[in-house]
Amino acid sequence: MKITPQEVEHVAKLARLALDDAEREMFTRQLSDILAYVDKLNELDTSRVTPTSHVIPVQNVFRPDEVGESLPVEEALANSPAPEHNHHRVPKIVE
Amino acid sequence: MDLWELSLHEARELLHKGEISSRQLTEVFFQRIEAVEPRIHAFITLTKESALAEADQADDRRRREAAAPPLLGIPLAIKDLISTRGVKTTCGSRILHNYVPPYDATAMVKLRAQGAVFLGKTNMDEFAMGSSTETSHFGISRNPWDLQRVPGGSSGGSAACVAARQCSAALGSDTGGSIRQPAAFCGIVGLKPTYGRVSRYGLVAYASSLDQIGPMTREVRDTAILLEAISGHDPRDSTSAPFPVPPYESEMVRGAAGLRVGIPKEYFVAGMDREVEEAVRNSVETLEQLGMQVSEVSLPHTEYAVATYYLLATAEASSNLARYDGVKYGLRGGGDGDLPTMYMQTRSAGFGIEVKRRIMLGTYALSAGYYDAYYLKAQKVRTLIKEDFDQVFQTVDVIATPTAPMAAFKLGEKIGDPLQMYLSDIFTIPVNLAGLPGLVLPCGFTAAGLPVGLQLIGRPFEETVLLRAGYAFEQATEWHEKPAPV
Repeated sequence: MKITPQEVEHVAKLARLALDDAEREMFTRQLSDILAYVDKLNELDTSRVTPTSHVIPVQNVFRPDEVGESLPVEEALANSPAPEHNHHRVPKIVE
Repeated sequence: MDLWELSLHEARELLHKGEISSRQLTEVFFQRIEAVEPRIHAFITLTKESALAEADQADDRRRREAAAPPLLGIPLAIKDLISTRGVKTTCGSRILHNYVPPYDATAMVKLRAQGAVFLGKTNMDEFAMGSSTETSHFGISRNPWDLQRVPGGSSGGSAACVAARQCSAALGSDTGGSIRQPAAFCGIVGLKPTYGRVSRYGLVAYASSLDQIGPMTREVRDTAILLEAISGHDPRDSTSAPFPVPPYESEMVRGAAGLRVGIPKEYFVAGMDREVEEAVRNSVETLEQLGMQVSEVSLPHTEYAVATYYLLATAEASSNLARYDGVKYGLRGGGDGDLPTMYMQTRSAGFGIEVKRRIMLGTYALSAGYYDAYYLKAQKVRTLIKEDFDQVFQTVDVIATPTAPMAAFKLGEKIGDPLQMYLSDIFTIPVNLAGLPGLVLPCGFTAAGLPVGLQLIGRPFEETVLLRAGYAFEQATEWHEKPAPV
């Protein structure tokens, strides 16, 4: 499977990554190599195989809906890059 | 004998008898760290001040309490993606270079409850993505057996500091081999527990269906002690297993005669290092001499494991790492522009090249038009790989394999070729995909003096069986006794 520079750019946009020209060129080459390698999975007929997303037989884990402790505001904001008035300041998102 | 030469359980005995104090032991480890750390660089953060305070508290508690917990006053090192309240947790990434968790991982809560002492946070591949610790934002770590070689990865700092005797033991994490491969490269013991055995709460997520925290130690007994301490159900991790924790240390000594050991023919492949293969084959003979019944078995889908892993792990990673957006913690870039620009600039400046590569691959595998061909296909092959193991475990109790196809490779040797780097995990990855426990322990050396590790794989939640086999092997051999020449 070959991936094109345009596809790499599209995927980067989905992943919220800005690539420079060198990175785009490198990822086009390396992702093509890796995708060529993973194509070996197509040697296997999996038409009747159920997918596995979780290996241990634990299902529908519930807990009582009880009010517990939560982080105090100061602690929740201690790592904030831009704390302001007990909130995280971010760029304007509505006109 | 210097105190830093003590293994965890030896230190525990001397502390218990009152022959040494935790304060003494902790100070000695910091002296050792000062002596060797400039050459090894195993740590990202050292916490000397709080460690000495913890040691004093431990000594005080020992005077007051008759029954001391096994880890009281024991100095440990913690991989830097396990959340430590009040202590920087960077995941080896620029994007979290200043992140200080406001809470402890459950594994940390359990260790603190026993009164363990924490020396610092260890170096690692960025977000655990790598097999050599070369992708860390904070610089490389070196292998204590040969400073020109990698310690393995991603838990390379934890492996190196145990091998260089800079702590009693360490915690690592393992998504595709990140405890076991560095343990093998550094000549120590490492265990990836069954998926669900140890809570993942507070373990910064890479691939949530594969990640596990586990012990990295000098000896098998030390691994049993640490595993017992950190295991158990946790309401804060819905994937943690609601099964009781066996007394691993006392079960471990029950003997291994009669255990049935399978040797999968697919794990002795062309291109494998001959000295590694020879050391592993000799170890299998030792297992036989110890009364275990050895037979050849087959895991036919082994060759598909790396491809499966690099689709599933990267898909999960692309989703998990979406949280690094510069809003609530960590690095923020481009705060003056609009929101998408801030996301882009934060992530582009904050992530290193291997993390970007895996986010890209995972995003591609999950994107419209490719989901069925890649992600769903890989989930189906995961089923086939798991069924291989289910089948084999009907006739054997343990599977014995090499840990990696080679001993520690040279710094810089594979970093330019991602696919070659990925293929070094070929023998550890299937174990994560199937959710099984895997124990690695020293089993020989190459002619150049590099350690080789034997991997023992067990049924889900049968860590006890692995520890019994591993302990019997360790008792019969001397590989674990040779110190690294650092």
